[in-house]
Amino acid sequence: MLPAGIRSRGIHSESLSMTRSAIYLCCVLLALLSWPAHAALDASQLSKLAADDNDAKVAVVKYLTSHPSPEAQAVLNAMTDDALYQDHGRLLIVRDDKAIDAATLQPLGPVPDSAESIIVNNRLRGAVEGALSAFRLFSKDIATRLTAARNVKQDPRPEQLPLIQQALAKETNKEIREDLLLAQASIQISSPDEAERLAAVKILGATNNLEVRTKLAAMLIQNNGQYNEASPVVRAAAQQALKSIDLRISLARAAASLFSGLSLGSVLLLAALGLAITYGVMGVINMAHGELLMVGAYATYFVQSWFKTHFPQYFDWYVLAALPVAFLAAAGVGMLMERLVIRKLYGRPLETLLATWGISLVLIQLARVSFGAQNVDVANPSWLSGGIEIIQDVVLPWNRIIILGFSMAVLIFMSFLLSRTRLGLFMRAVTQNRAMAGALGVPTGRVDTLAFGLGAGIAGLGGVALSQISNVGPDMGQGYIVDSFMVVVLGGVGQIAGTVYAALGLGIVNKLLESWSGAVIAKIVVLVFIILFIQKRPQGLFALKGRSVD
Amino acid sequence: MDNQRRKFLGTMGAITAGTLLAGNHFAFAADKSPIKIGVLHSLSGTMAISESALKDVVLMTVEQINASGGVMGRMIEPVVVDPASNWPLFAEKARQLLTKDKVAVVFGCWTSVSRKSVLPVFEELNGLLFYPVQYEGEELSQNVFYTGAAPNQQAIPAVEYLMSKDGGGAKRFFLLGTDYVYPRTTNKILRAFLKSKGVKETDIAEVYTPFGHSDYQTIVANIKKFAGGGKTTVISTINGDSNVPFYKELGNQGLKATDVPVMAFSVAEQELAGMDTKPLVGHLAAWNYFESVKSPVNTTFVKMWKDYVKKKGLKDFPVTDDPMEATYVGIHMWKQAVEKAHSDAVDKVRIAMAGQTFKAPSGFTLEMDKTNHHLHKPVMIGEIRGDGQFNVVWKTPTTIRAQPWSPYIAGNEGKQKL
Repeated sequence: MLPAGIRSRGIHSESLSMTRSAIYLCCVLLALLSWPAHAALDASQLSKLAADDNDAKVAVVKYLTSHPSPEAQAVLNAMTDDALYQDHGRLLIVRDDKAIDAATLQPLGPVPDSAESIIVNNRLRGAVEGALSAFRLFSKDIATRLTAARNVKQDPRPEQLPLIQQALAKETNKEIREDLLLAQASIQISSPDEAERLAAVKILGATNNLEVRTKLAAMLIQNNGQYNEASPVVRAAAQQALKSIDLRISLARAAASLFSGLSLGSVLLLAALGLAITYGVMGVINMAHGELLMVGAYATYFVQSWFKTHFPQYFDWYVLAALPVAFLAAAGVGMLMERLVIRKLYGRPLETLLATWGISLVLIQLARVSFGAQNVDVANPSWLSGGIEIIQDVVLPWNRIIILGFSMAVLIFMSFLLSRTRLGLFMRAVTQNRAMAGALGVPTGRVDTLAFGLGAGIAGLGGVALSQISNVGPDMGQGYIVDSFMVVVLGGVGQIAGTVYAALGLGIVNKLLESWSGAVIAKIVVLVFIILFIQKRPQGLFALKGRSVD
Repeated sequence: MDNQRRKFLGTMGAITAGTLLAGNHFAFAADKSPIKIGVLHSLSGTMAISESALKDVVLMTVEQINASGGVMGRMIEPVVVDPASNWPLFAEKARQLLTKDKVAVVFGCWTSVSRKSVLPVFEELNGLLFYPVQYEGEELSQNVFYTGAAPNQQAIPAVEYLMSKDGGGAKRFFLLGTDYVYPRTTNKILRAFLKSKGVKETDIAEVYTPFGHSDYQTIVANIKKFAGGGKTTVISTINGDSNVPFYKELGNQGLKATDVPVMAFSVAEQELAGMDTKPLVGHLAAWNYFESVKSPVNTTFVKMWKDYVKKKGLKDFPVTDDPMEATYVGIHMWKQAVEKAHSDAVDKVRIAMAGQTFKAPSGFTLEMDKTNHHLHKPVMIGEIRGDGQFNVVWKTPTTIRAQPWSPYIAGNEGKQKL
């Protein structure tokens, strides 16, 4: 039934949506050459697309789905790209400012001034995408077919059924076949034939499609003493299918909410790790900590702009280059702060608090003056966009996964530095007993500066991560200062391990509360909890044992 | 006691106004001193993403008016202040504009919480505020002209569209907003409206986030879960820069407009300008104007803005949007009213504003209502395109009169005439 040409067309059509119109024209020509004799599209059908009636437009898309041909595919592609125009009822496809007749694909020369773009709304776009996916089931490229099968499975439409069945007859790839069988079953679940329904329901235990689940559940509902599904055999199968779907979905959901908790925890951890050194280990109440995060985030923005102008081809990797830049920038600012201000105020926490708060205001204003009061746009590189789907409707975004990994890497880097290097040894020695360390020849002044620089630098690294998930603006640090102190205090001052548990714990608790009571209440509950906890246990989760510091 | 004082003040006010007026008549031909106007928009903080551009629209429009001879031959002199997305600071800055700078009128505010914050100041000092953003209604002050939409000019038609066949025939509604007065009131109205249309309580979810919220993982996951129960649509009243992480999360989690469309009431071209809109194609917004509207007035308006942006090097704001249009219309109507009243005195201008008309960029002639201080506006629904603009997929044939007191809120029955 299906013209042979459609199989050779699919691969082109996939690249088409992504590439320039030159390729597009080649495609059309190739398709025309490889296509056996076929009838052009019915222009009177097509002209309904020019009308304002969306019902008629959807009918045309259905007509195109049932008349697969290069023209049909070209028209559908043009609709997804907003490239379909009408000129006095005649349909044109516009590519590179050149018009092509939609019914015959003959070039027509320049676009007439009276041409008007045909508006594709959501309802129509859904239908068009469904049709295109069905067409792509016949592509030569396995990956294209697989994506198409996925799409068809997620949004099965009755008019696709003949195409799905034709594809099934030819398909040999196991994965694609499974998807197609599910799609077919999702459509046949409403079939009038009992045997077909039963077969469909039996397969559908493996689906993750929530809409299909709704349909299955509807079968078991009684209406006026009558089940919606008359056959008891089908009902039993539906019950079975529902059970297995629900089990899978609830497992995946639990995994996803655990993940989002961990992910929020990792963000908190990145924000607080630097503070765990400057406040936790050194005892400096640094109110400008949030601004050090901001310095890191702006450094990322700076590197991004530099890559945009100098190395646009490596743009995807700017985040990696931003890491050392952000670390050094924030560490530099931190060391400067320590040398010029904090050093003079050791042992006077109240003055330190006020002075660092002042510094934070200066830094905010500096950012405002040099980058503008507006948030700046930090783009996600392609490898930080999108996500992996563990089941349908449960997606773990890449940026969150990578930030989770990154926070662990920073943690390892820091604990290595503290426990395995000479600098770390000195730092611990100075914080435990400054006078003794000094007497043994440790340059305490320089160690203070370096330690503070390290804490600041790690805050800078946190800034890089934050720039990928939230807004970068002069005030961004303010939102994190409270969270950071919360984490460090809860974890126990002077304890890196405590910080880790506190951050991840707060993240998970916050997310659990959020899904149960909403974001606003969750925030309040967590704050109240911490206040009560600190009342009961002022030393935090983990207290330093032995003699107290200083 | 209080009443007497009020009367006394009223009389004093009338006398003062009278004297001023008389003075004005004498000095009319001679007075060439500039008229000061206040600009009260956040230029920093979480709302800067939306509000900064409005300041520049005021400055542009003032430049345009001054270039064509000013108001009654007097130049307009704008006084710009930055309330920094800080609601109490709005009130302080408003007081400063009215008492220290003695401005004739103030163009400003975006969030309803900032408007509520300045309202007592304007009422106490008898100032005049032009408020250019769509809002929740439930307010009518003698001292404010509302040039944005009331709920029946935006929210209600938007939901009706979503329930229609073309809008996807939504059955379930996820109301998501920032936690303050505008989203809460709008959602209260929408809830009552949806119930009147037979939507069940279980098919409505209402979720709020704090200002500046940036972690939308759980919420997007919940939307997906909610969508399992039938055709769902999200109605977003998220304000400010939280929209960026929200839409990013939508894109990352692959929630497409064909499955679950998001209808936003506070996202326009300006908010989309800094975002990658490819994953957002098809999500919706309801406004009374879009840049993509085809009308001669709009062509001029857009060109004027683009030229201004180029001239001033404002690369952050390349596009026009609804609140910008409302600001532009507001300034011009104020100018017309001042010219009609032959005075920039608040009480005179207020009377002269009633029934003012202006050919707006939206392609319609907007009219200031004779009694309720709101504009008659058309309603348009737009779908986000790949280039950050909107396709207008639905609009009303004529302008609609505002109902600041929504009939869907209990206790408003007696106020319908307003």
